[in-house]
Amino acid sequence: MTNSGPLIPRNRGIHPVIHDPEMKTTMILGPMEPLLSMESTMTEETGPRFGHGIIGQLDNNLITNFTRGKSEAIGERIRVHGRVVDENNRAVPNTLVEIWQANAGGRYRHATDHYLAPLDLNFGGCGRTMTDQDGFYEFLTIKPGAYPWPNRDNEWRPMHIHFSIFGHSFGQRLITQMYFEGDPLIARCPIVGTIKDRAQANQLVAALDIKNSRPMDYLAYKFDIVLRGRRQTMFENRLEGL
Amino acid sequence: MAQSIVNLFETPSQTAGPYVQIGCTPNFAGINGVYPEDFGLRAIEDGAQGEIITIRGRVYDKFDEPMFDPMIESWQADAAGRFPGQPDADPKVNGFCRFPLDVKTAEYTLKTVKPGRTPSRSGGFHAPHIALWIVARGNNIGLNTRIYFEDEQEHNKVDPVLHRVKPVKRLDTLLARKVGEHEYHFDIRLRGEQETVFLDM
Repeated sequence: MTNSGPLIPRNRGIHPVIHDPEMKTTMILGPMEPLLSMESTMTEETGPRFGHGIIGQLDNNLITNFTRGKSEAIGERIRVHGRVVDENNRAVPNTLVEIWQANAGGRYRHATDHYLAPLDLNFGGCGRTMTDQDGFYEFLTIKPGAYPWPNRDNEWRPMHIHFSIFGHSFGQRLITQMYFEGDPLIARCPIVGTIKDRAQANQLVAALDIKNSRPMDYLAYKFDIVLRGRRQTMFENRLEGL
Repeated sequence: MAQSIVNLFETPSQTAGPYVQIGCTPNFAGINGVYPEDFGLRAIEDGAQGEIITIRGRVYDKFDEPMFDPMIESWQADAAGRFPGQPDADPKVNGFCRFPLDVKTAEYTLKTVKPGRTPSRSGGFHAPHIALWIVARGNNIGLNTRIYFEDEQEHNKVDPVLHRVKPVKRLDTLLARKVGEHEYHFDIRLRGEQETVFLDM
């Protein structure tokens, strides 16, 4: 069986809605016109490949990567790990996974974030890694804090880590957010709430993974990711050179 | 009962938010020293074959205000229409580029090679184009679109995607305007009168 068919059309029903009055910015910035549906082409079925060479030794350790190993970020130490597969349940090896997050106080290291919580001198908030041959990845970081944001009155984001995943083709590109099991703010969050399918929203909640936690060091959370897959067929093979 | 089909659902998207630069272009965001340089800085390396072009533009919201915090990524073929990784592809063409918007002008700049036409599944060709993926605050899922070129009329006329844009006047939103020798202009409008045609493939 080959992997050369088009991308399986994206099921928009399992994604967030484009407009949601509970998330006000979507009403100003989300497109109004229907998307133009088309079958994927070679443009979306190819994509950048990455050498493991671009990844530095500390890139997936957000506790120490900002100080280059000199000192450690403040916060609850966690390991986030999981597997990237496609809709056909095939591993997605050697693909770039990038993350970013607020510090333990809920503050981002960014010129436009003016939240009261202080910056942590030892925390930058970005990290990246490559999935291994079987699609597995891991990060060491600190648990990000919840923080307020302007939307409805008294709006708070649940603790979350942003994920950017490439896959093997440009059409698989995905940015999402990981939440933490047991956080009571998840159910109140209008951004999570843009996903109308409850089971799908639950896909974004990482499970506490005690058996992969390291005694006297860190708690582990498991977060698996599913990217789009391609129709697996012999019937759509192109002739060589076409 | 029939046999069951393995049916995993794609992980749902969430907005990239206003701080996507921290994760994707940390050096640009002022977080220096974690990575030597931001990933995806150059669509091409010196020595790429073909016409080297510069495309500039902005991302506008519903009120025609330029936005500063979206992130754009591009992916394209080389001058001969081959994608990086394919046999005989130009080794100096990375194909991928990731660019934030200028903090003062809100403008993006993509320096690249003008791509060749690429084969379609049905045996025809796609007109030269550059795929874009845009993530922005207020958008819960990345937006796909394409930059085509207004000076590629012959190819554009038979392009299977352009062909399907209705109403036809919206076609203009996918065409980069030639504004100088090897220079093009292409704006993205997330919403409103001149809303860009976004693709779902």
